[in-house]
Amino acid sequence: MQYAYLLILITLLSAIGYYLGRQRSSRLVKQEIRRLHSLPGHYGMYVALWCSVPAVIILGLWITLQSSAIESLVISALPPEIQSLPQEQLSLVLNDIINIAGGIIVSDAPDEFLLAAAGHYNQLKGTGFLALAALLMTVCAGGLAMGMRYIRPDMRARIKVERTMQALMLLCSAVAIVTTIGIVLSVLFESIRFFNQIPVTDFLFGLKWSPQIAIRPDQVGASGSFGIVPLLAGTLMISLIAMLVAVPTGLMSAVYMSEYASDKIRTVVKPLLEILAGIPTVVYGFFAALTVAPFIREMGGRFGIDVSSESALAAGLVMGIMIIPFISSLSDDVINAVPQELRDASLSIGATRSETVVRVVLPAALPGIVGSILLGVSRAVGETMIVVMAAGLTAKLTANPFEAVTTFTVQIVTLLIGDQEFDSPKTLAAFALGLVLFVITLCLNVIALYVVRRYREEYE
Amino acid sequence: MVRSRDDIVRTIGKPLLADDERVKISCRNVNVYYGEKRAIREVSVDIAEQEVTAFIGPSGCGKSTFLRCINRMNDTIKSCRVEGEITLDREDIYDRNVDPVLLRARIGMVFQKPNPFPKSIFENVAYGPRIHGLARNKSELDEIVITSLEKAGLFSEVKDQLDHPGTGLSGGQQQRLCIARAISVQPEVILMDEPCSALDPIATAKIEELIDELRRNFTIIIVTHSMQQAARVSQRTAFFHLGNLVEVDDTNTIFVNPEHKLTQDYITGRYG
Repeated sequence: MQYAYLLILITLLSAIGYYLGRQRSSRLVKQEIRRLHSLPGHYGMYVALWCSVPAVIILGLWITLQSSAIESLVISALPPEIQSLPQEQLSLVLNDIINIAGGIIVSDAPDEFLLAAAGHYNQLKGTGFLALAALLMTVCAGGLAMGMRYIRPDMRARIKVERTMQALMLLCSAVAIVTTIGIVLSVLFESIRFFNQIPVTDFLFGLKWSPQIAIRPDQVGASGSFGIVPLLAGTLMISLIAMLVAVPTGLMSAVYMSEYASDKIRTVVKPLLEILAGIPTVVYGFFAALTVAPFIREMGGRFGIDVSSESALAAGLVMGIMIIPFISSLSDDVINAVPQELRDASLSIGATRSETVVRVVLPAALPGIVGSILLGVSRAVGETMIVVMAAGLTAKLTANPFEAVTTFTVQIVTLLIGDQEFDSPKTLAAFALGLVLFVITLCLNVIALYVVRRYREEYE
Repeated sequence: MVRSRDDIVRTIGKPLLADDERVKISCRNVNVYYGEKRAIREVSVDIAEQEVTAFIGPSGCGKSTFLRCINRMNDTIKSCRVEGEITLDREDIYDRNVDPVLLRARIGMVFQKPNPFPKSIFENVAYGPRIHGLARNKSELDEIVITSLEKAGLFSEVKDQLDHPGTGLSGGQQQRLCIARAISVQPEVILMDEPCSALDPIATAKIEELIDELRRNFTIIIVTHSMQQAARVSQRTAFFHLGNLVEVDDTNTIFVNPEHKLTQDYITGRYG
């Protein structure tokens, strides 16, 4: 990528600026560094920032604006009869031009004017790049000179550099926030399109999920129904089974590791448990589908219970195992963070170890433990692979864990797999499901925050 | 087993009590090891009933370590090993049949840094009676909590805020809350490990007054860095140095007429 060279160039110039700034600042005070307000390195950083920040901003702007500018120039140079084409056809022509310019020949014999336009396009791009490079060089050099001119022994370089760094950090966190907002909005808008075709009440309270849309009016089974109650039930049931497995196991092992285990055992067991967290969920899926599900089916058969080969129980059990390390590892950390003085206090009154754990340590660690459980629940609700492989695809409204059920995530996957048109409710339903999933996890977070605040025990 | 006898100092003064009736705790040839390192060497001393015994000495001399042997809090430190004999009312506390949990109900402890539980003031004091089942119903529990707080001289200050968190009190109040918590299970002995080192002079004076008060009902051992404090609150004083118990005597004798050179140097502030 050509732009990478420009970035390297800016970096190099900034490095030179850093070096020059250091040199100049220490020379100004004849090597008596104490007379400088800041360390020479800060003056160096100051010059480097002057050199790089404006140049990077210009580079960014150029990259975002360049393609539309060049395109409009190319279009204005096209023959008038082509220019007067409607918008969609014009963009097709433009696509052809760009492809030809990139060396991809679309049709056997491209039109004369297309070839000319492609040449024009390439030429514009070339000049544009050269102009950009020249501009950046000027800006860098200008910034460097400016920065150097500002260096005085009493100039507060450190404070300025630190301010700039702060702004940079703010920018980075803003990226995360803006991305989140973007994701939410895109899901929201597609969902609104979906709700224009299917009423919200049908979606939220419908008891039947069968997302089909007729291609021909007389098709069999043409009427689709989009009621999410079976999916919600399936998701909740599997998550519940998973948490029933993960919370007690995870918490107990956390308590064991932090309160009872010797250092030797701890150093072995903790990493082993964390390996569980590193296993890809697909592998858990195999395990659920090929080992656990048949086992449950066979056991059920022995006791005369009818178990389907894909069951909520199998998926939930394996998902619970997957979540154990999240809960145990995080809880272990928060339990370890409870001050030793509290344990001493409890033991010195004659409490046993288990009384100390139950009455002092766990209450003090509760906010963190709730946090870890919540993280586990969000994993369970959002988990896809295990459920796809072990719980099946049939949307059945049932409370029987031995039957196959399906979840939000599984349905999103099946709705979006393959070639889909983006205006049918069938595809848009995936976004609505995503929105519901998002709202559920959001609610869980709010509830947990409330619980944590309500029951927090202050220490220190 | 004693590894080497050469560096062991023979305790002078009156480590053992003449009157057997007054002995609450007696320690004979106690050695404490942290791994290979010996922290306490051949300490033998008697602790008298209903009296304050002060342990003084420079930092790292082993006085806190020795204190923690008496309620077996050292059991919670894995590398720590205790040898010798310690008896409470003539029963060996390191005997196989002794449950350290029950022992600690008889020997309470107050720590250097106030460490109230992150619970309400009431719950802090009710903790011990609850786990030992000392109260049959709510009103008995209330009574225990109130008397304990009264004995610790805290009740009048907190009576309207028993449901507020104990951690919200001032440092001195927190330490008195910890004392109330310790006496709530009616122990016979209270061990205090530098209880005033984190407190200001006014809070310290209050605690010292309280210790003097508590002496009537409890046997008290206090570890302190401050010689003035030892002189003010204790009846007998034991001076530790590098894991040895150098000299034990009536507090008056120790401060007015110490026998051992090390004790003299420490008392006169030549080091420490």
